[in-house]
Amino acid sequence: MSLDIPTELEKEVDERITHYPVSKRSAVLPVLHTLQHHFGFIDEAAIEWTAAKLELEPIKVLEVVTFYPGFRQSAPGKYHVRVCRTLSCAMAGSYELMESICEKTGIDRSGVTHHDPIAVSPDGKFSIEFAECLASCGTGPVCLVNDDFHEAVSDVDGLLEQYK
Amino acid sequence: MSEEKTDLIDVQINGEWHSFPKGTRMIEACRQVDVEVPHYCYHPKLTSPGNCRMCLVEMGMPPRPRPGEDPPEPDEDGHLPISWIPRPAIACANTIAPNMGIRTESEMTEECRQGVMELLLANHPLDCPICDQAGECSLQEFSVEHGNGESRFREQKVKKPKNVDVGPRIRLDDERCIMCSRCIRFTDEIADDPVLGFTDRGSHTVLTVYPGRELANNYSLNTVDICPVGALTSNDFRFQMRVWFMKETKTIDANCATGCNITVFSRQDKIYRITPRQNNDVNSDWMPDSHRLNYHWIDSEARLTDPLVRDGDKHRQATWQEALAATADKLSGISGEEIAVIASARMTNEELLMVNRLVKHLNAGHVDTVPREGEADGYLISADRNPNTNGVKLVLGLNTPGSQLSAIKEGIAQGRIKALLCLQENLVDDAGFTPDELAKLDFFLTSYPMANPTADVADVVLPGACWAEKTGTMINVTGRLQRLNKAVDGPGQTLEPWEIVRDIIQTTGGGNGIYSATDIFKQLAAEVSEFSGLSWGQIGDLGLQLIETGETIPLLEREKERKEKGLIVG
Amino acid sequence: MSAIYKEGKEPHPKERRIVFKNVDRDGWDTSIAMYESEGGYDQLKKALGMEPGAITDEVKQAGLRGRGGAGFPAGVKWGFLPPNNEKPVYLICNADESEPGTFKDRYIIHQDPHQLIEGMAIACFAVGANLAYIYIREEFPEGAQILEKAIEEAHKKGYLGKNIQGSGFDLEIYVHRGAGAYICGEETGLIESLEGKRPYPRIKPPYFPAAMGLYLCPTIVNNVETLCHVKHILEVGGEEWSKIGKPNNTGTRILCVSGDVKKPGYYEVEVGSVTMGELINDLCGGLKEGRSLKAVIPGGSSAKVLRADEVFTVGRGDDTRDLTIWDIPMDFDTLAACGSMAGSGGVIVIDDSRSISWVLNNINNFYAHESCGQCTPCREGSLWMKKITDRVVAGKASPSDIDTLDSVARNIDGRTICAFGEACSWPTESFIDKFRDELVSDTNPELEEKLLNAESITAAANLG
Repeated sequence: MSLDIPTELEKEVDERITHYPVSKRSAVLPVLHTLQHHFGFIDEAAIEWTAAKLELEPIKVLEVVTFYPGFRQSAPGKYHVRVCRTLSCAMAGSYELMESICEKTGIDRSGVTHHDPIAVSPDGKFSIEFAECLASCGTGPVCLVNDDFHEAVSDVDGLLEQYK
Repeated sequence: MSEEKTDLIDVQINGEWHSFPKGTRMIEACRQVDVEVPHYCYHPKLTSPGNCRMCLVEMGMPPRPRPGEDPPEPDEDGHLPISWIPRPAIACANTIAPNMGIRTESEMTEECRQGVMELLLANHPLDCPICDQAGECSLQEFSVEHGNGESRFREQKVKKPKNVDVGPRIRLDDERCIMCSRCIRFTDEIADDPVLGFTDRGSHTVLTVYPGRELANNYSLNTVDICPVGALTSNDFRFQMRVWFMKETKTIDANCATGCNITVFSRQDKIYRITPRQNNDVNSDWMPDSHRLNYHWIDSEARLTDPLVRDGDKHRQATWQEALAATADKLSGISGEEIAVIASARMTNEELLMVNRLVKHLNAGHVDTVPREGEADGYLISADRNPNTNGVKLVLGLNTPGSQLSAIKEGIAQGRIKALLCLQENLVDDAGFTPDELAKLDFFLTSYPMANPTADVADVVLPGACWAEKTGTMINVTGRLQRLNKAVDGPGQTLEPWEIVRDIIQTTGGGNGIYSATDIFKQLAAEVSEFSGLSWGQIGDLGLQLIETGETIPLLEREKERKEKGLIVG
Repeated sequence: MSAIYKEGKEPHPKERRIVFKNVDRDGWDTSIAMYESEGGYDQLKKALGMEPGAITDEVKQAGLRGRGGAGFPAGVKWGFLPPNNEKPVYLICNADESEPGTFKDRYIIHQDPHQLIEGMAIACFAVGANLAYIYIREEFPEGAQILEKAIEEAHKKGYLGKNIQGSGFDLEIYVHRGAGAYICGEETGLIESLEGKRPYPRIKPPYFPAAMGLYLCPTIVNNVETLCHVKHILEVGGEEWSKIGKPNNTGTRILCVSGDVKKPGYYEVEVGSVTMGELINDLCGGLKEGRSLKAVIPGGSSAKVLRADEVFTVGRGDDTRDLTIWDIPMDFDTLAACGSMAGSGGVIVIDDSRSISWVLNNINNFYAHESCGQCTPCREGSLWMKKITDRVVAGKASPSDIDTLDSVARNIDGRTICAFGEACSWPTESFIDKFRDELVSDTNPELEEKLLNAESITAAANLG
């Protein structure tokens, strides 16, 4: 398996690695973030590329990738939505928000499992998952759409309108 | 107060005071006074993550006086009162402190154990009847002692991969895994082959081998040994035999000069499993897979079961008397100068002493053994693949084993050597002799466990026991004298090599009166200076350092370093 | 200098804005120019002229207690660095803000990044760290960018990098993003994560970060809010700063209120200066119309719940007094005396419209999801608790399940490698302590027999 890493991306990775003068291994998270930002998710090739880059056994990278929900191992939609599930947002209606987004985007979450938390809309435009506490409990319900943060979400149409 | 005394710390365990060296882990202190602390993740040769929590104990320290308060008064023995801490402590990773108290039988400790047991069993399958670990499963054992008897777990258990091939020799059942991480630590810290890891998290954590990789290193089966449950099982052993049906024999491995200490598990003279046996001066707790699994030939069809004597172009089965009589008859016409003896560095010291006697008795002009050189693996496998080269040097008196072989070959070719006694070696396969060369001999005797091309051209073929079928001592690469104990009987009429040599001496008119290997050991002690004063019993299960060869075992050296750094108990 | 705030975002008169002074300020931005225009980095300049030990002394004198959750005095923590240490020292800012109910660091990072960087730089100088990391949760992508830009600006202005302000002191600060794990808020889990490993918390002893932290070197881990205070302590001096708040509960702290109040949000108050009643009724505008208070989780979701009608006996000897929930002053010691904790300052208000089973199940879901899985009690117990409350909420539990739930929690509490054990078991323990009747009322006694035999219920989910 090979990964096509553009020069610019590798430069970015190399720069990130310099932030860890004591141990390259420390750069696992930043390297993976950089790759996920570029490719949308982390596949086996990305794991192996990261391992080679940081001179690690690939299992050490896989261990990390699978630990963190922030890393996805399958392709999300063009817009990936993370709805906060935790108490304050749930009290403010995050489950209803989740339902509403799914309904309006045609996402079916019935196949969601612990190991496969992401559901994608039929057109591939949206994907969604619950996230645990996004630390904005005073303005629930909140969600992230890719890197954009949305708080006190009540107008789902208006939210989705921004991601055409 | 002597210097050693200052390094000792007084600790109270279950109400009684004991002294231990500073730096001793609580769990080891308990073990030293025969107080068992159940544990799963802790292993003295690996780092201690403290993850299983089974070794939680109640712990106390002297009370700390509040400002203005008087410090507590010591009793007449100098011990302070103990103030028990309401939070339990893990015994595995914590070291003792002066005046510490440990309670392993208190209500708190028992509650902790019961609690941890229940939680460990919550998602563990109850498949003990078909689990290979049954009988030697720490989960099973401790659940008898600390379990609740019935399950309150009313939920669906977490589903995980089962029957996973993690390598050519090992299978993994993730549902049985209790995530103690011993195997991961072993592959990381000892075998330098980090292919195992945990993926996912929480209760869904899964022990995994990296996709496309294998747990295939030559030490992989040690992970099966240290797996406290039946998560990792050996393909070689699984479903073969219940552990409680087997006889355990403490002996040593004979595949190389390291002489790993092992336990042979057998039933009705069939070996089912070999596991390493702890010896911190030899193999620590480990052994190579290649050595561990090299036993299936022992009960193979290719074993020699009866003496054979040449009858024209063929061999025919004979009794020992016939074979020995034929030998005596042939040798009687040949002078000592014309006789060569090739013995084996796979023979025990006792066998070699008998060979020495034989050589002297026959006045044999030539004697040597066959060297077996391989590559050292940097762990436990010695470059010397003979288990007793040092015995050959000491007992047989050969300074450079193997140096006479070409001269013997030449002597045979030139007709100067007319008789060859080859004891426990396969000259064609292992020493570069050709059947044609050997055919020139007037008399050729060989003893060996297996049929082989060397035996094909011999006049007398004798079935000699292999390492698992005999008793004696060997000297390993570092100079350690170790005992080999007979685990199984050899097939058919097989005799131990010392018996064979004794009988040859006897039938050719030599003395007798030797009935056991231990008898010969007494003679060794009397005749060979390095052995002087030693008794069989003194050697014990772990052997003793007989000589200093200056050789070291790389894996042990690395463990010593880790121990010095405090990373492991050792 | 008095600040003008955005309309509708004005601080409540009972607030005292120090760390949050610039949050929601009209006309304020995150640039270094803006920060410098109000005396930004002056305290760093001052610090660089001081003895490092003197800074630690000021922080000790201030009595600054950590704002991350445990409330441990920051100066004392710094003092744990081994004397005569020859290894490098690291400082890590814990910006993993992840305790449900807490949302204060978000605003500091997004709106006033230089305050944090200045606080960190002073702290680094005090403890002798030349390399520091801000471990920021992954869910703050914009925050990470803001911090990186601010660090770059600070570099250009000579507040970071080599020979800062000609003092000879070098410091690099890097932003390190997490990837969605509550456990990275635990300082040794965070350190493992920063080392590129699974964030399994370390056993203590021996791995106390001040002695054996990042790369097994002495390491100080402080919360965002804590580090920001360092700057303000230096500004007025430890003694003066310690007059804010109450003895042993000094300074201001940011209370984050969420749940069933009219005006959830953040309120920076002198520690202990407002009571729970004032917080809910005055600062947060009261409960929702027609609702009454049922419970409050006062310090992030792992803090033990307080029931609305409880009477709390606090104080010792002659000082003993009874408090209602409304009277509790929001400080470290009183909340501890009430059997809970001030924790991370996240106050979750629960009114009578809420089902206790549902609330507890939501919390249990969180902890089951976030358990790292390293040690047995938490790994197995957190999911077990969640599964039991799943059934309670679904009406598929029997009364004895509540007893089991309680004992599972107690089998976790105090027996794990890290404080997550308490974090995940305290909610269950306290909810059962205080709301047992309601929980039991959500169970079905008729299921008792069916559930009695564990084997018959492996398919509990299918029970009607």
